[in-house]
Amino acid sequence: MPEQPAAERVQNFSEVPYGFSDDTAMAEAGRCLQCKKPTCMDGCPVGIDIPGFIKEIRDGNFLSAIEVIKQTNSLPAVCGRVCPQESQCEELCVLGKKFEPVAIGSLERFAADYERTREQLPLPARAPQTGKRVAIIGSGPAGLTAAGELNRLGHAVTVFEALHSPGGVLGYGIPEFRLPKEIVHYEIEALRRAGVEIVMNRVIGISETVDDLFDQGYDAIFLGTGAGLPMFLNIPGENLQGVYSANEYLTRSNLMKAYRFPEYDTPIIRADRVAVFGGGNVAMDSARTARRLGGKEVHLIYRRSRDEMPARKEEIHHADEEGVIFDILSNPLRFLGDDKGRVRGVECLKMKLGAPDDSGRRRPVPVEGSEFVVDIDVAIIAIGNAPNPILQKTTAGLKTGRHGTVEADGATQKTSKRGVFAGGDIVSGAATVIEAMGAGRRAAAAIDEYLKTGAW
Amino acid sequence: MHTIQSNELLSPTVGKMVVDAPYVAEHRKAGQFIILRIDEYGERVPLTIADADRGAGTITLYYQIVGTSTHKLSQLKKGDSLKDVAGPLGHPTEIKKYGTAVCVGGGIGIAPLYPIVGALKEAGNRVVVIIGARNRDLLILEKELGVLATEIVVCTDDGSHGKKGFVTDALKEVAGREKVDLVVAIGPVPMMKAVSELTRGMAIRTMVSLNSIMVDGTGMCGGCRVSVGGEKKFTCVDGPEFDGHQVDFAELMERLGAYRSEEKLSYDAHRHKCKLDGVLNDGR
Repeated sequence: MPEQPAAERVQNFSEVPYGFSDDTAMAEAGRCLQCKKPTCMDGCPVGIDIPGFIKEIRDGNFLSAIEVIKQTNSLPAVCGRVCPQESQCEELCVLGKKFEPVAIGSLERFAADYERTREQLPLPARAPQTGKRVAIIGSGPAGLTAAGELNRLGHAVTVFEALHSPGGVLGYGIPEFRLPKEIVHYEIEALRRAGVEIVMNRVIGISETVDDLFDQGYDAIFLGTGAGLPMFLNIPGENLQGVYSANEYLTRSNLMKAYRFPEYDTPIIRADRVAVFGGGNVAMDSARTARRLGGKEVHLIYRRSRDEMPARKEEIHHADEEGVIFDILSNPLRFLGDDKGRVRGVECLKMKLGAPDDSGRRRPVPVEGSEFVVDIDVAIIAIGNAPNPILQKTTAGLKTGRHGTVEADGATQKTSKRGVFAGGDIVSGAATVIEAMGAGRRAAAAIDEYLKTGAW
Repeated sequence: MHTIQSNELLSPTVGKMVVDAPYVAEHRKAGQFIILRIDEYGERVPLTIADADRGAGTITLYYQIVGTSTHKLSQLKKGDSLKDVAGPLGHPTEIKKYGTAVCVGGGIGIAPLYPIVGALKEAGNRVVVIIGARNRDLLILEKELGVLATEIVVCTDDGSHGKKGFVTDALKEVAGREKVDLVVAIGPVPMMKAVSELTRGMAIRTMVSLNSIMVDGTGMCGGCRVSVGGEKKFTCVDGPEFDGHQVDFAELMERLGAYRSEEKLSYDAHRHKCKLDGVLNDGR
């Protein structure tokens, strides 16, 4: 897919890939073999009829294509951009064995963008009102998906969001250049028009408990508060000024629009020399944001090698193109500060790869005496997030797992507490948008069943 | 819609606002705070809830004009509105019968102290209130606290009102004459630090309420992290109140200055724009 050149795009926050033209999309769709047993669908957590929508694009029926996708995916413009297709649908495409797989993600994005910008679908038909009320806590991918489905099935749905703007990680986490916020707003507006109520600025678990919501007459509750608790390195100097969690750095830039400071009031430290710690998608988002905020020397410090990085290949490639410096096989030991308490450097140790560990990746082992210092003015820690513990702490009868996750059944998303379902990162730990949406879908089906039968 | 019912300047730098926030008014407890956003461009500004009127559905906030956001806040008129009010947030103060509680407030920190004094009194405590500020203009809620408290001591650094001296001097006096079971101290960091150092020697349990820089206020960004007893704590969800004897005040002080140059840049740009708009009349 054509993209903004790297030298140009590090100067702005506009989206990197331009998207397919009609002709390119139809030609790409023409490559699909329309397999009788489409293996690609096995790789889709929400089970999109992939050959079905691709056939419509091939035939130039773009609106029909999006109609097919929307039968099982309520956020196609988002998924077309941020899904790891290379390890899901596209990995299983039979063409991929000998040639390039069909660009399923790009085609999904094309169909969704067509609908948003050129010819809109009518609102989906809504089943007659059931008189049942469902509360959804958290307006991220899991919550929005569950809300859309349950609303369509005729239940009255209220979504509670802690922040001032809905979308969860789609709003605060993923940068504009990867997922334009206009798209997120469009999808959420569509849900509102369809009848979903979204209440902002409400932190359930602090002002009211889950049981309070039952007392107010909600018949079922879905917990989709994600994994918002930032992990730190827990090394000396981590509380120096200029040391950010990736959550804070990205929230300032994305949600609060600090990249447009001082037009917007929220500041962010713009530094020449930045180090990002981690090797996942959030680390790539942070490093690429730091480049766009004027960082001349942006280091990505990771303790294993590039092959072990959990980030999507495409994101690593984008970061590389944008001039991010990959300091692989390096482990931070401590941050160094100046007399005003500002971070000025990080001391690291070189690592080498040893035998594989539990995750199957080769374990990094320290190289003795290999300490070195990188001079920096901002550090961003992107080594993962755990579930925010507020609901777990305040909900009686909710069983939790080892890393602060909520335990839920894999098929129905039922928790240990009657009437309460959970899905997305709060259950799995930090994972992907599409997996959270898959959980939201499963939960919606199970909630519908529970509301009809009353059986737990 | 959070309509402003009143907004007045109590002194050139301290304002008091009463604003519609029925949900917060109904659910808030002493010690909790809200995060407001003035408009689409605004920061998320954390402010402690000084008072609430459930019937009217309003909350009362006090603010000190220190930068762009608080200056914008001071320019709002009755009938204007705030874009967002999120909350109540944070842990409420642990209210129970302690015996004698001394509540020490400094400057704008007197505002969050007010509901705590009321709640402690209601729980049957003898409550001595000590409030202080640099000068008379910066002193707030003296009359209201006087009504609530068992006893009130007022001091100013320059002696322009009440006793001349620091709140720690007054605290030393009270603790010297009677047994104190709890101290609650809210104010500038140096004041909370001084109070905590004083009471450590006397082995009096001391709660402080911290004003760390925050973004989301829900435990998501970690920007408000403080070291308490050597552990990382988030002011927004683990606090805002902590054991004063455990808090690393020096680190907190440094972290509060993280955006000093950005804040100045923003405030200068904002005042320049205000001048152009004719909003700000610097008395010239």
